[in-house]
Amino acid sequence: MTTTVPEKHPGSGPPGPQPDERLVRSSPWKKLLGRPELGSVVGAIAVFLFFSIIADSFLQASSLATVLYASSTLGIMAVPVALLMIGGEFDLSAGVLVTSSALVSSMFSYQMTANTWVGVGVSLLVTLAIGVFNGVMLTRTKLPSFIITLGTFLMLTGMNLGFTKLISGTVSTKSIADMEGFSSAKDVFASTFTIGGVDFKITIIWWLALVLVATWILLRTRVGNWIFAVGGDVDAARAVGVPVNKTKIGLYMGVAFGAWISGQHLLFSYDVVQSGEGVGNELIYIVAAVIGGCLITGGYGSAVGAAIGALIFGMTSKGIVFAEWNSDWFKFFLGAMLLLATLLNAWVRKRAEASK
Amino acid sequence: MRTTRTARTAAALVAVIALAVGCSGSGGKDSEDKPDASGGGGGQGVNTPRLKIAMVTHSGEGDTFWDIVQSGAKQAAAKDNVQFLYSNDKEAKGQAELVQAAIDKKVDGIVVTLAKPQAMQAVLGKAKEAGIPVVSINSGSEFSAKFGALSHIGQEESVAGEAVGTELADQGKKKVLCVIHEQGNVSLEQRCDGVRKTFKGTVENLNVDGTNAPGSQSSIEAKLQADKSIDGIVALGAPIAALAVKAKDDAGSKAEIATFDLNAEVVRRLKAKEVAFAVDQQPYLQGYLAVDELWLYKTNANVLGGGKPVFTGPALVTEKDVPQLEKYTARGTR
Repeated sequence: MTTTVPEKHPGSGPPGPQPDERLVRSSPWKKLLGRPELGSVVGAIAVFLFFSIIADSFLQASSLATVLYASSTLGIMAVPVALLMIGGEFDLSAGVLVTSSALVSSMFSYQMTANTWVGVGVSLLVTLAIGVFNGVMLTRTKLPSFIITLGTFLMLTGMNLGFTKLISGTVSTKSIADMEGFSSAKDVFASTFTIGGVDFKITIIWWLALVLVATWILLRTRVGNWIFAVGGDVDAARAVGVPVNKTKIGLYMGVAFGAWISGQHLLFSYDVVQSGEGVGNELIYIVAAVIGGCLITGGYGSAVGAAIGALIFGMTSKGIVFAEWNSDWFKFFLGAMLLLATLLNAWVRKRAEASK
Repeated sequence: MRTTRTARTAAALVAVIALAVGCSGSGGKDSEDKPDASGGGGGQGVNTPRLKIAMVTHSGEGDTFWDIVQSGAKQAAAKDNVQFLYSNDKEAKGQAELVQAAIDKKVDGIVVTLAKPQAMQAVLGKAKEAGIPVVSINSGSEFSAKFGALSHIGQEESVAGEAVGTELADQGKKKVLCVIHEQGNVSLEQRCDGVRKTFKGTVENLNVDGTNAPGSQSSIEAKLQADKSIDGIVALGAPIAALAVKAKDDAGSKAEIATFDLNAEVVRRLKAKEVAFAVDQQPYLQGYLAVDELWLYKTNANVLGGGKPVFTGPALVTEKDVPQLEKYTARGTR
């Protein structure tokens, strides 16, 4: 398959008037082919077309709103997790951290009989502090992030349940729906808005905003360069003066920030929080980032790609329901579809790289 | 220096937020009723020797249902001068190991769930060898006597499902969605099969991921959008009922919602007529009676139910029962 592409001979060309390769202007088309998210875009289009044909109700506007909602709740976490992975680290605690964040917010407001916005603020501080803890532990001990965050994951799972039972007496929090500030906080984190008669969830806006901010950081700021450098080669990065530790701690705080948004969404859409939730979601965030073109080894990837990875996951998991396939086989179909989308993704990327 | 300053800033920030925004005039802990001897009085317990009873369940972490079972068991333990130990593992192998641990600890009695019966058979044989009496609770009554348990206290999942199916048929429903929040869980499948048995129309199962609330909600929503003829949803646990209500509203569906198990949230929704009815299997009783039965057996060789299963459900709860139940669900005993 690759032989159709005319081969280049690097270094073996005539030593004549070749311009410096760094100064060669590449065409926009080639630039596009070189983007890490290209493969996932093709994958997303393929999944979309597939379900448009297979499932009758998939193309309704309201169905698309449902798919976007599912993708956005995942994407809000997948984007900061992708940044972290570009920086060369994992966060296994991300899934339960969402629940922790919701629990802190809910229980603080309830127990102190405070305005719910106070709980939301305290929750932000606590969640960020857990992110800092992950980052500091990682940079101080130099242990793999897999181990550090596995520890945090287990501790948080236990604390979620332990504290909730200690404080509320049961495994779910008490309702804060009748408290002051609830409705305004709900507007921010869990409301719906209508476009053309279709209700969309506000999480979609949060999702898009996070993608924009993350992309801007990655491609247009010094911090973005640091993230790529840290993920590519830590020692080289340190040698050229990149603040490695601060970058990593910052990345974990980014994940914590995402967890805070997701957690507040969880709380204000259901007004009670189940303390056992969130376990297992951390893997789905990582999966979304990888489908979107992030390398597991770090140094490569994009925020847009992670968002599209989340979209592929959202479309597939809801598309199977829209298609009304036998629900016993749900997980099988989900796995198979994701594998196919990722294979297509990898194939497209390989073609793109070969044609450069 | 730098770090202390950051810490100080953070502390100051908390204080500022707390002060600036202040208190809530409605809801919260301040509006709670002060406990009026929640769940039974003080007084003197029995003066029988102190016993140690272990309960080992197949519950996952953070399930409201098992909280209620535990509070029943603790109440009985307090009355009967019993030290109550609780442990749980949702993996069959892990649960069997926990039972073995209880045997090693030489407890005076074991309360066990038989949701994964095959895994428990061998270890319950060991309990019998060690001379430790066993009471089984919740589901799996058909295995109880076979595995050498004294008695079984619980609800037949399929019988409960049948009760729901009959009620939905009486309400004239045509197509019902049964939401399974833990794929491969035998008792959940049995509930749906029970519904299918007595319901006259079609029953469709839908598997969702119970630990991911937005994911579950959007899956139910997708199903309702895909099939507009669905006019009833059966949730198999109280937390799922709340998700079903949201999904129904967002999908603009007219489906009515029935749920298994009660909690404060479900009672609130029954009152608001968002949930049509709930099937209660009285988990409090399962915990309470199991401990009490072991105490009775140890002190007086009594056997509850005379060796036959004792049923704690299904009891259908509707909006009419709300006034009476509200108080009890709020303190976590119903």
